[in-house]
Amino acid sequence: MSDVVEKTLTALPGLFESQTGAAKITNRLRQLIKSITELTSKHEEENLIKRELSAIKEQVSSPNTTMKQMREIMVRAMYCEMLGYDASFTYIHAIKLAQQGGVLEKRVGYLAVSLFLNEGHELLLLLVNTVLKDLQSTNLIEVCMALTVVAQVFPKDMIPAVLPLVEDKLSHPKEIIRRKAVLALYKFYLIAPNQVQHIHAKFCKALSDKDPGVMASSLHIYLQLIRESPDSYKDLTGSFVTILKQVLGGKLPVDFNYHSVPAPWLQIQLLRILSLLGKEDQSTSELMYEVLDESLRRAEMNHNITYAILYECVKAVYTIHPKAELLEKAARCIGNFVLSPKINLKYLGLKALTYVVQHDAKLALQHQMTIIECLDHSDFTIKRETLELLFRITNAQNVTVIVEKMLDFLRSCNDEHTIIHLIGKVAELAEKFAPDNSWFIQTMNDVFSIGGDLLQQDVPNNFLRLLAEGSESKEEDDQLRLYAVESYLTVLKGHTSHLPQCFLQVMSWVLGEYAHLQESVDRREVIRLLTQLLDQRSVSSETRVWILSALTKIPEGQTDLILDLAESLSSSQDTVLRQQAQELRHLSQDSQLREWVLPRGAPWDGIEVDSSLSFLDGFVSEALAAGAAPYKPPHQRQEELCEDRALNLEPYSFSLPVSLSSCSITDRQSPTLLSVSSGLSGNSAELSQKAGSSTLILEGVKRVWGKDGYLPQKEATAPPVDEPSAAVQPASQQEAAERIEPRPEPSTQNQDKQQLASSLFVGLGVGSSVSLLGKSEAPPPRFRKKPRPHESSSSSGTSKRSSDSSSHSSRNTTDSFLYGSFPEEEPATSISTFDHTPKSTTANGLSQNKDTKEDRHANTSQILGGDMVIVRPSTIQDKHPPSVSSDLTALLPADLKDLPHSDVISLTSDPSLSLSSCRLFRDEALLLVIFISNCTETVIKDVAVQLTCEELKTASLRGNVMDCLEARSTSVCHYALLMDDPHTNVSLTGTVSYQTQPGHTNTLPFSGTLSTADFIRPLVVTTEEYGKLWLSLSHDVKQNLKLLTDAGDPLRTTLNALKDALQLHVVDIIGSEGIVACRLLSGAPCLLHCRVNGAALAMWLRSPHPALPDFILYHCQRALAHH
Amino acid sequence: MIKFLLMVNKQGQTRLSKYYEQVELGKRAALEADVVRGCLARRKEECSFVEYKDYKLVYRQYAALFIVVGITENENELSIYELVHNFVEVLDKYFSRVSELDIMFNLDKVHIILDEMILNGHIVETNKNRILAPLLALDKMAES
Repeated sequence: MSDVVEKTLTALPGLFESQTGAAKITNRLRQLIKSITELTSKHEEENLIKRELSAIKEQVSSPNTTMKQMREIMVRAMYCEMLGYDASFTYIHAIKLAQQGGVLEKRVGYLAVSLFLNEGHELLLLLVNTVLKDLQSTNLIEVCMALTVVAQVFPKDMIPAVLPLVEDKLSHPKEIIRRKAVLALYKFYLIAPNQVQHIHAKFCKALSDKDPGVMASSLHIYLQLIRESPDSYKDLTGSFVTILKQVLGGKLPVDFNYHSVPAPWLQIQLLRILSLLGKEDQSTSELMYEVLDESLRRAEMNHNITYAILYECVKAVYTIHPKAELLEKAARCIGNFVLSPKINLKYLGLKALTYVVQHDAKLALQHQMTIIECLDHSDFTIKRETLELLFRITNAQNVTVIVEKMLDFLRSCNDEHTIIHLIGKVAELAEKFAPDNSWFIQTMNDVFSIGGDLLQQDVPNNFLRLLAEGSESKEEDDQLRLYAVESYLTVLKGHTSHLPQCFLQVMSWVLGEYAHLQESVDRREVIRLLTQLLDQRSVSSETRVWILSALTKIPEGQTDLILDLAESLSSSQDTVLRQQAQELRHLSQDSQLREWVLPRGAPWDGIEVDSSLSFLDGFVSEALAAGAAPYKPPHQRQEELCEDRALNLEPYSFSLPVSLSSCSITDRQSPTLLSVSSGLSGNSAELSQKAGSSTLILEGVKRVWGKDGYLPQKEATAPPVDEPSAAVQPASQQEAAERIEPRPEPSTQNQDKQQLASSLFVGLGVGSSVSLLGKSEAPPPRFRKKPRPHESSSSSGTSKRSSDSSSHSSRNTTDSFLYGSFPEEEPATSISTFDHTPKSTTANGLSQNKDTKEDRHANTSQILGGDMVIVRPSTIQDKHPPSVSSDLTALLPADLKDLPHSDVISLTSDPSLSLSSCRLFRDEALLLVIFISNCTETVIKDVAVQLTCEELKTASLRGNVMDCLEARSTSVCHYALLMDDPHTNVSLTGTVSYQTQPGHTNTLPFSGTLSTADFIRPLVVTTEEYGKLWLSLSHDVKQNLKLLTDAGDPLRTTLNALKDALQLHVVDIIGSEGIVACRLLSGAPCLLHCRVNGAALAMWLRSPHPALPDFILYHCQRALAHH
Repeated sequence: MIKFLLMVNKQGQTRLSKYYEQVELGKRAALEADVVRGCLARRKEECSFVEYKDYKLVYRQYAALFIVVGITENENELSIYELVHNFVEVLDKYFSRVSELDIMFNLDKVHIILDEMILNGHIVETNKNRILAPLLALDKMAES
């Protein structure tokens, strides 16, 4: 059909004269088009369009311009906009033209509107009345164009205005009106689904419309509806099947044919709908087998459009519940495609194959030779699609060859977009299937040097995390790390100026962390290599920060080098570097401090990330005291912004030193929002400074780890590099050798292809496919990531990205595919996705034995420091008599050992038995453990413990009945006690019955008291949450308490005393006010607001529970009195 | 889904552009230049589909004029390839042997035809008679 556009520019002069009739062209438009065709440069174009636009401007403002001229002006404006020049002053005239013009002008007016204005443009509101008028016009053409524009651009808010009219049109006698009405409703459904919910029945009527065009339009709606909820439309399967049968059977009017194929695009649409309906649904699938079979059979004609239908059909066959016979036919079709000499068909065949191998990897085996040919195809698109296919069939056996192929392709590729997508896949495959450490590190080196700074952030993140977190075996981890260190030292000894920043960052981090693993390497050498990098101009300041962090971590002993470096950097222009140089100097001189800040080999898992940023509280309170406006969450700011837009009708209030208006003060004023007077007082700055000094100084320290892990920054692109790859595998080695040799004979070439094939398709055999249908022996990923609580957001980000483009199917999709067949091997990452339980809720230091561990985490390398807070556990002070036998705690069951507990106190004893108890604080209950010790030399039989306490609920108990208690042994029983309603003190009584001699039962009574304090748990909330919660609580109590004035900071001392006694959580201290939160086990919260009021502490408690504040107040009073 | 349709000549001059997804005016010129470059770089024996950013481009050449359609990954390339041809056949029917100049001089009408075929990025009509019906009616009214 290349003769279609055969007239050329040489015919131009004649054409200008010969335009006649309806196509008559006015002078100005003709002139413009002529000038456009004669343009030779961008500069000329600019001048021309500028002139044109000013001419248009003049014309549109002239009152003498007729509607006919206006139509021509609109076309000229379209030209200007098409060439990229703004003609927005004509928009209003387009609307006017649609309003006032005759039929033809109106159409052009509408057309201009649809081209110029996008959805949401405010001028569209001016169109609504015109549309309304035209929808009611008796002229069908006007109705038609109004419906067209409604389906293209229409303000969402105005849908209700036109909806009834459009709905009416569904029963219009003319098919074109009905068709356009359906399409308009489809548009409404897309932009405002709720508005058209009530007319779903009418969609159904449209589907059964006698006109095929109307029916076809309704399919757009159904495709969308079914995509959203396939289950609701299963009953329509029969209808769709019937329609497809009719289309296939040639029942449509002949003008629906395209090249003698009946309504091909309609067939495609129907096939898509059917595959959605039949997916994972056997009974629905069975309804469509016949028509799919027929569809496959019909498409025998040799024309592109039949192949397009076939492709859709094949996809449907592989999507729905499988039927062997159909699968076989579909597979044959794919074969024909892939083998076709027509390149477009080959492409489609590869695409189909890529889709199909997810369901049946064996199919790739059948076409392995073709795939290999395609891999070396001269067509970039074909190659790219083949790599996509190979990516899908990668397993542990063929990974080296496939990755090598991908890297080869990437080295010769210069399209950024392709590189980003493909390099991410290489990294993914490497991580998942790496056969050994050296290959993995080498491949990642290639990934970093090829992908460079184009890489998606998560590639270096994942890599570093993998190195850092390691697997179960420390030895293996260290080997991997060691290999990385060796490899990087080699890289750094070579030319480094071309290396991407991201690679340099990865290398410096690894060297900083793990260089010590390599005994044979001189540390001076490492320092020298890293320092060398600092001198390079191409190294960005971001990377310098990484390098300096690494240098900080390299162990002591090289003070002279480090001091030189710090000295030379201390005059750097970059304040961040200067700051780091300072730190470097300090740390290198004080090895104790360094040991504390950067402990070697601190474990990575379980790092507490304080997402509430409470370590900044000191800074915040200081800022507040200095007059800064309190923080407002984004939504609140948004709201206020909206409010600001409206006219302010309230009289201006008195101006205050601190903007009160910015705090949203409600009638129930929140203590967190307002501390104006206290904030302005003199000593608050001093206080907050003190608060700040207990934490690490974090200003100036580059934050490279955030809530979601490592936060790399994009840097200037460095040219990608070819790394000499040491990871050449036998097969590809041979291949590489091949290329250097003069062209070998065809037969040997073929042989090589065979060889390549065997290495590419290994593991896809009958018994060992990654097929969903068959079983699989694909090994679990080599590098298994440990679940991380904070990974959730990053991995959800990935999935979002993947949904944007399925070509770049990211980890999540493939994971789910690969893991789909092994239910017992849930990917660790996906588990953590749902792990939203923030650690901090249980973290407020209940566990004493965690103490050391946490401190160690807190001191982990500086690079991690940014987000951490040292969580100090509160010490539980026992107010009961001193412990009798603390060694009894060793007898606690293993699962309870880690819980914080009180001292062991003696309950009672008699000559035979002695009873002690210990309280264990679990989040949701109090565990009362009773140790029953046999003090005699004989066995005691039938020991039974009976505990009663009316105020408490026993959630569970264990071990309270024993058949016998050996001589001199101790048995443990424990009760989980719940307190639903608070009481100041509860007393419990119990008895132990036992038999020293058969038939002779002794009973030993015991009693004890528990205090409410035992049931109070810290409630970890942020200041913001506290504020919200405060406003929602109803029961409050106020009281003045004693202030502990014996220390420099009375408020802080008092609150700490309370915290220690009662396990409260101090949320925030701002100036002379402090907010504290706790809860009754995992039940009702209680918020405490404390303010220094002279020599007293004004305490204000709120809780949803009416009595809880009183009890907590009581205990606070007692705690302070005892202090 | 169809994201845009362009008619561009070999010199890279845009003769018609229609976007079904909002693209800022300022960015269109750069996109169009990229797209044309991508298509011009391809040889005759290579397939008619190119990857471009998140899109696939389907292009077809008629004399000096390229028609390029940007589509999403889930679209059927070959069916779009044939849709382009159907579009050209419709233009051919209306203009009787359509040329680049016909398209230039009748930009509005080509758009009206396109609006009948593709709406919001979906193929809504492929029946040639039905595509042309509204335009022919308009012409008739204008004549009388």
